Amino acid sequence: MDKILRVDMGAEGGPKFKTEPVGEFAGLGGRAMTSAIISKEVHPLCHPLGAENKLVIAPGSLSGTSASMSGRISVGCKSPLTGGIKESNAGGQAAQVLARLGYAAIVLEGKPEGDDLYKIFISKDGVEVSVDNSLKNLPNYPLIEKLKGQYNDRAAYMTIGTAGEMKLLAASIACTDPEKRPTRHCGRGGTGAVMGAKRVKAIILDDTGMKMREPKDPEKFRNANRRFVEGLRKHPITGEGLPAYGTNVLTNVLNEAGAYPTHNFRTGRFENAANISGEVQAELEVKRGGIATHGCHRGCVIQCSGVYVDKDGKYVTKQPEYETVWAHGGNCGIDDLDVIARLDFLDDNFGVDTMDTGAAVGVAMEAGLIPFGDGAGAIRLVEEIGKGTPLGRILGCGAEVTGKVFGVERVPVVKGQAMAAYDPRSVMGIGVTYATTTQGADHTAGYSVGPNVLKSGGDLDPLKPEGQVEMSRNLQIATAAVDSTGMCLFIAFPLLDQPETFQALLDMIGAFHGITLTGDDVTALGKSILKMEREFNTRAGFTKHHDRLPRFFLKEPIPPHNVTFQVTDEDLDKVFNW
Amino acid sequence: MRITVKLFATFRKCRFDVKVREVPPGTTVSDVVEEMRLPGSIGIIFVNSRHADPSHELSDGDTLAVFPLVGGG
Ligand code: SF4
Repeated sequence: MDKILRVDMGAEGGPKFKTEPVGEFAGLGGRAMTSAIISKEVHPLCHPLGAENKLVIAPGSLSGTSASMSGRISVGCKSPLTGGIKESNAGGQAAQVLARLGYAAIVLEGKPEGDDLYKIFISKDGVEVSVDNSLKNLPNYPLIEKLKGQYNDRAAYMTIGTAGEMKLLAASIACTDPEKRPTRHCGRGGTGAVMGAKRVKAIILDDTGMKMREPKDPEKFRNANRRFVEGLRKHPITGEGLPAYGTNVLTNVLNEAGAYPTHNFRTGRFENAANISGEVQAELEVKRGGIATHGCHRGCVIQCSGVYVDKDGKYVTKQPEYETVWAHGGNCGIDDLDVIARLDFLDDNFGVDTMDTGAAVGVAMEAGLIPFGDGAGAIRLVEEIGKGTPLGRILGCGAEVTGKVFGVERVPVVKGQAMAAYDPRSVMGIGVTYATTTQGADHTAGYSVGPNVLKSGGDLDPLKPEGQVEMSRNLQIATAAVDSTGMCLFIAFPLLDQPETFQALLDMIGAFHGITLTGDDVTALGKSILKMEREFNTRAGFTKHHDRLPRFFLKEPIPPHNVTFQVTDEDLDKVFNW
Repeated sequence: MRITVKLFATFRKCRFDVKVREVPPGTTVSDVVEEMRLPGSIGIIFVNSRHADPSHELSDGDTLAVFPLVGGG
């Protein structure tokens, strides 16, 4: 990973590319790389869909090695959804393949004139940027079907669906899984719209003839990886719960905790939650001949994913994640897993974020477009996105736009991005993260749900404001660092609970670079990333007043605990004081 | 007194999802949990949707929910 590919999509006479040494960005991966390039090279006041914005794609610093779990890819840009800096990450095969091809980043720059649609093919023999207008208006699944025949079986794909072509604000970038299904999405923040604005429909990555990246100290690296995997296997969350039930194991937990946002954040409990729980989902998958344990990329030992099939055993979609089951399920009063799976497929196919789309449907229900609980209606609404009707475009721009267009006050967003499946009133720690992260409401930016509700990585009362700022701060710092390694964030559970597993990861990174790494180095990296991102957002016009939850969270108590969000503004302003 | 016990994830295997039980006054969470001989360690305990310790004394009408350590997100 010693080079950066820059493709100027707006060059005179058609797109031009150059490969340059990694230079000042050497050693950075994932989020550290995307945020460094965006904060240095993108004008913070630029229009996100304009020529001045850049789309940076970066594998993690350990991607492409034999390190387990290292297949996450980061995509960065100025977000059309939030107007701030964005790092959106996903699994799938792309990170490993891109890293083995030797690229620390791909930077898409400029914007072509005209309507032509491009694809970019990268292999050991070099780079080809070509016009392919036959791909126009293809959703992700048919797009991959069409492309698959033209490339080597090893190829990984990063694509946009119809939503990305339409530059909708919730448009995602799909990454193919090991079976080449477009199921793993950089969902958040509208990265797909930026790729669409640059008229790039597909990036095809083929690492045929390339080898794994070699660590400086292979023996030490292997040993550390072994200890790391042992740690993941013995921790109940990564060794048992996630493989057996997937992320949706959380439905029952959050519902029991009274923190499961239901009917567009009106109450914290969904009476039919049991019907869509991870336990029921896994049982159904196994009974129908689907798969309940599946890795989104080769080298994942946790395997939280799965394959959801219909009653005849036919593929519907990948196992919908907890956040998706919530956004399209409980949030909308829908308790039918088949409906939710269909919605997950539609989201993946059109290429939109399942969270912002589910939240938008919830807001539309609140506005009275369809009643809460109307599964068929929800499918109809999401199909509108694929058709590109005015209503579909509104919904595909996410919850905030939908709320504005339909005059809804209860819109669960921060910096324009929808919240996830945890009510910030009954999990105050996640409220701090939603409010203050550079990313717009994003649970993964500092997953305080762990210590608040799951009692992993600490123990804080979710219904009290005390200690939440410090907890969120520490988690945001650690997360920024993990997001730079290419490691799946779920390693954080054993990392925080088992010091020896954290040490194994430090040793592994150290052995790769031939250095000794300490916990302080990790903290310093995390802080430096957050600092760059905060500064970008400040220059883009963000102030402390943007680090706030919508006021209804402070005014409307949520049942069953009847609490409001109680962390004060003054305390929220301390999150980044370190 | 009567309490409702709910089990989740791996704890359900060969057991139950929900059961209403009769227990003597003074029964604690750990009394109920120990009797069920759940495999592996207990992750999360809720009594009436609030986190509780094993030593928590149950009252008539309480709902006790017991999870192994689980996570996701
Ligand atoms: S644990 Fe899940 S999300 Fe993480 S890499 Fe594995 S399959 Fe992907």
